Amino acid sequence: MGELAGEKHAAYILKVEKKKDNLEAVIMEHLRINGAYWGLTTLDILGKLEAVDQETVISWIMSCQHSSGGFGGNEGHDPHLLYTLSAIQILALFNKIETLDIDKVSSYIASLQNEDGSFSGDIWGEIDTRFSYVAICSLALIKRLDKINVENAVKYIVSCKNLDGGFGCTPGAESHAGQIFCCIGALAITGSLHYVDKDLLGWWLCERQTKSGGLNGRPEKLPDVCYSWWVLSSLIIIDRVHWIDKEKLVKFILDCQDTENGGISDRPDDAVDVFHTYFGVAGLSLLEYPGLKAIDPAYALPVDVINRIFLH
Amino acid sequence: MHGRPRKPSTPVDENASSLKANKIKSLQSQFLHYHHNKIYTEEALKINEKLIEANPEFMTAWNYRKLAFQDKVQALIDEELRVVENALRKNFKSYGAWHHRKWVVSKGNTSTEREIGLLNKFQQLDTRNFHAWNYRRSIAELKNIPDEKELKYTTDMIETNFSNYSAWHNRSVLLSHLMEKKVEGYLQKEIILKEEYEFVRNAVFTDPDDQSGWFYHLWLLDQTVKLDMPTLVSSWPPHGSDINQVTFPIILYFDEPVEGVSSHTVTVQTENDIFKNVTWNPLSTNKFKCAQAWMTHLSIPHEEVNSSKKVQVKVSSEMSDGIISLCGVTSSRPWSFGFTVSVCQNPQPAEGQNRRLSYADESFCIVDTNSNSAGLLTSYFESKTSDYEQSTSSKWKSEMIATEIDQYRDMLTWAESKKIGKLTLARLLTAYDAVMSTGAPDTANVEEVLQLYTELMKLDPAHNQYYKDEYSLALLKQVTSNKESLLKYCWQYKESTSSNITDSLCLRLNNLSLSRIGSFERLLWVQSLDLSHNELHSIEGLEALQLLSCLNLSHNKLSSFMALDPLRFLKSSLQVLDISYNEIGAHTIDTRRYLCSSPMSHTLDYDAKFEEFANGDANLVNFWDAYSIFGGLNLTQLDIVGNVAVDERFALFLAKLLPGLKWLDGEELN
Repeated sequence: MGELAGEKHAAYILKVEKKKDNLEAVIMEHLRINGAYWGLTTLDILGKLEAVDQETVISWIMSCQHSSGGFGGNEGHDPHLLYTLSAIQILALFNKIETLDIDKVSSYIASLQNEDGSFSGDIWGEIDTRFSYVAICSLALIKRLDKINVENAVKYIVSCKNLDGGFGCTPGAESHAGQIFCCIGALAITGSLHYVDKDLLGWWLCERQTKSGGLNGRPEKLPDVCYSWWVLSSLIIIDRVHWIDKEKLVKFILDCQDTENGGISDRPDDAVDVFHTYFGVAGLSLLEYPGLKAIDPAYALPVDVINRIFLH
Repeated sequence: MHGRPRKPSTPVDENASSLKANKIKSLQSQFLHYHHNKIYTEEALKINEKLIEANPEFMTAWNYRKLAFQDKVQALIDEELRVVENALRKNFKSYGAWHHRKWVVSKGNTSTEREIGLLNKFQQLDTRNFHAWNYRRSIAELKNIPDEKELKYTTDMIETNFSNYSAWHNRSVLLSHLMEKKVEGYLQKEIILKEEYEFVRNAVFTDPDDQSGWFYHLWLLDQTVKLDMPTLVSSWPPHGSDINQVTFPIILYFDEPVEGVSSHTVTVQTENDIFKNVTWNPLSTNKFKCAQAWMTHLSIPHEEVNSSKKVQVKVSSEMSDGIISLCGVTSSRPWSFGFTVSVCQNPQPAEGQNRRLSYADESFCIVDTNSNSAGLLTSYFESKTSDYEQSTSSKWKSEMIATEIDQYRDMLTWAESKKIGKLTLARLLTAYDAVMSTGAPDTANVEEVLQLYTELMKLDPAHNQYYKDEYSLALLKQVTSNKESLLKYCWQYKESTSSNITDSLCLRLNNLSLSRIGSFERLLWVQSLDLSHNELHSIEGLEALQLLSCLNLSHNKLSSFMALDPLRFLKSSLQVLDISYNEIGAHTIDTRRYLCSSPMSHTLDYDAKFEEFANGDANLVNFWDAYSIFGGLNLTQLDIVGNVAVDERFALFLAKLLPGLKWLDGEELN
C-alpha cells in the first residue's frame, strides 16, 4: 500500500491558489470561495494551515460579501447559500468568525427559508436539500439556529426520505450520496437522527463500495474519491462505518494520488483537482489514517475547530 | 352618446369631423389587417395604440394587445428554452440549466408534449440522469399528468432495461402515492405486492449481480411485514405479575419510535387513585419527545403501604389520536395491562453495597427456578401470550413470504452469484418468523438464518461486519425467544453483597462474539447484565432497561465516552459498572457523537461548570464527554482500567465526580 504524499498535496494546493489565469482557474472562478474552503481545510488537516496568509484570505472573503449579507463565489458575483457556507467555514478555520456581522449574515440565510421548511439557494428560488444543509450548518456555526424554523426545516428534509432509506434533492427524488450527506448532516446538527432508518440507509451506503474498494454515489455507478467523503461521513454519523472495508477504501484513495505533482483525482490516473484532493484527504482523516487531524463528519471542519465553537 | 349639446354643425366642424373619421377608418382597417394576420410588429402595435387612444371602447383592439403580449412572452419563453437546450447539450447535469428551464416553464405557455419529448430524449441518452427525472416529476405535477401514466412509463423503462435503479425508485414513489391516496385500482395492497414481487423477480433472476432490483425487493418485503400502526410490544411490569417495591418504573416499549405518550393518552389506574400527576418520559436523546421506550417512575404513597393489601394497577390506552409514529400514523387500537404491588409494612432499609461485586464464574451458581427473580422472568414470558395487542398476522403475509422463500431457494440452486440470494433468503426467513409471531416463539427459522449469515461473512468479506451485526441480532432473538433458552444464560449470585443486587438474576451474555445487541423488549426485567468479552462498540437500546443496576461491558470495543450516553437514562438504578479493557481514547473519530447528547447536535447544553471542575488541567479539558456522562451517575463500583484515555489523573477526576464511589478498579476508596 502506498503512503499519503501529504507534503506534495499541500504544495499542490498552494500552487493552485496562486494560479488565477489559466483555463482551469478561469472556468472555476465562479466558485473560487468553495475552492478556498476545500484547499484551506485540506491544509489544516495536513497541519499546514500556517503556510497561508490569513489576512489576505480573510480580506478577499469579505470582499465577496454582497449587500444582502450573503456571499458570492467571487468578488462581484451574486450571493448564494453555497458560497455563504464556505465563507463561514473558512472564518471558523481561522477562528475569526467575529469578523462577520452575524446578524446580517444570519438574516440573509433565514430569509431564504420557505413556508414548507425548505430552503432556496438564492432569491431565484431553486429548492434542494443541499441548501437545507448549508443553511443549517452555517447558522449552527455562528450560533443562530434559532433564526429559522428548525422543526419545519427538519420536516422538509424528512419528506425527501426515500423508500431505500436514502434522501434526494426534493421529495420523490432518487437517493444520491451527496444529497444523503446533506440530509444526514443537517439532521445530525439538529439532533434529529431518530428520523433515519440507520440500518436500511447503512446497508444502502455500505453497498456503495465497489470491487476496487472505492465508493460510488448510487447503484451501478463508477467509484469516485469524492464519495469517500459523502458516503463515509454519512456512515460515520449513523455509526455504520464498520459495515465497509476501511482498508480497501484507504488503498483506493491512496491510488488516486498523483504522488509526483501532488493532488488527488476522482479515479486512479485521472487528472487531479482541489475538490478531489480535499475529499480524499478528508476521507482518510475519517478513516483514521495516521498523522492527519480529525475532521468532524457533520460540519466538515476539523474536530478541534468544532470543539472550540461548541465546547466553550 | 351622452352629454352633448344639440346644435347645428358648421362646415368647419363637418370638415374636421370627416378628417377624423377618415383617419380612424384608416387606422381601423390597418389594425384589422394586422389582427387577422396575427402581425405583432412594433409598427403594428403603434397603430393599435393610436386607435385605442381614439377609441378605448374598441374591445377587439384590446384583445389584439393581449394576443401581442402573449406572442412576445411566447417568443421570450421559446428563446430561453432554446438557450437551455443548447447548454444541456454541453452538460446535461447542470443544476443551473435545469432550474432555469423550470423557472421559465413556470411563467406559463409551454407545451407538455415538448417538455416530455425533451425528457424522453435525455432519458434515453442517460436513464440515470436524476435531473431529468426530477424535472419530469415537476412537469407531471404542473401539467397534472396522472400518476398511473407515469407508472406506466417506469414499467416501459424497466422492461427496456432492468438495470434502471432510477426507474425502480420512481416506481416505488408512484406506487406509494397511489396506495396512500387510495386511487381506484390500487386499493388492495396484497394484489399490488404480488404483482410487484413477480415483476422484480424477473429483473433479479435475469441478472443477480445488478443491484437495481435488490433494493426494490427489500422495499416490497418491508411493505409486506410492517404493522399498520405503532404497537405496544412489551412492558414492565409484565401483565399479571406481582412486584414488591415501593418505588418502581413502568416501561412502555413500542415497535417503533412514537410521540404523544402522556397522562392524556395513557392512564394509570388504581382503586383509590393513588398516583397523581403521572409524567411519562421518552427514553431518547432528541428534543422532539419521541422514543421507542417510554417510562414513568411511581412511588406508593406512605399512607397506602399496608402489608395485607395489594395495590392493583392498570395501565391502559383507549382509542385516542394521541400516540403517533414518526410518519404520522396513529396508534388507534386500545391496549392495557395490569399488575399488583405488594409492599410489606416494614420494608428492609436499603442496604448499601458492602462487598465488591465480581463477575468471575466462581461468583455464580445455577438459578433456583422457585426464587422470586426467576418468578418475574416466568411471568414476563407468560404475559407475552395474553393481553398485548399483537398484530393479527394476516394469512396473505405469511403466504406471500413463503412463496418468495421458495423462489429464492430455487434461485440459489442455479445462480452463480450467491450473495444476493442468500442475503434475501435470510431476510425472508426473518420476516416470516416476525409475521408468524402471535405469542408462540418467532424463531422457527433462526438456525438457518444464522447459518446463512455465517456463509455470507465468508462470501462477501468486505461487508463482513454487516453480516456479523445481523448474526448477533438473530442470536439474541434466539436466546430470548422463550424462558427455557433464556434461563440457560441466567445465573444467581452465591454470596450477598447487598440485598437488592444479589437477589436478582444475572443475565450472562459474555463471550458470544456479539457485535451488536437487540431484543430489548424481552430484556426489560434485567437487573444485572454481563456483556463482557464481546465486540460491542455501541450500547444503544440499553436505556430501556430501567431496572439495570449492574452492567459489565469489559473487554469490548467501546471507543469513546460518548458511547456510554445511554447510561444517562439509568442514573437512578445503575450502581455497578465495568468498562475496563475497551478502546476509549484510542480513536480520533467518534462514531457515536451525533447519535448521543452533545452541544454539536443541539441536544445538550454545554455545562460551563466543567471548566471549573477541570481546573485548567490541559489533559482533562478533552474529557467533557466523560464529565457530562459520569456526572449524573450514582455509582458505587467502577472499573475503567485498560482504556487509553484513562490514567492516574483521570481516575482521580472520576473519583471526585462520583462521591458515592466505593471501589475503583478493584481498590477500595477512602
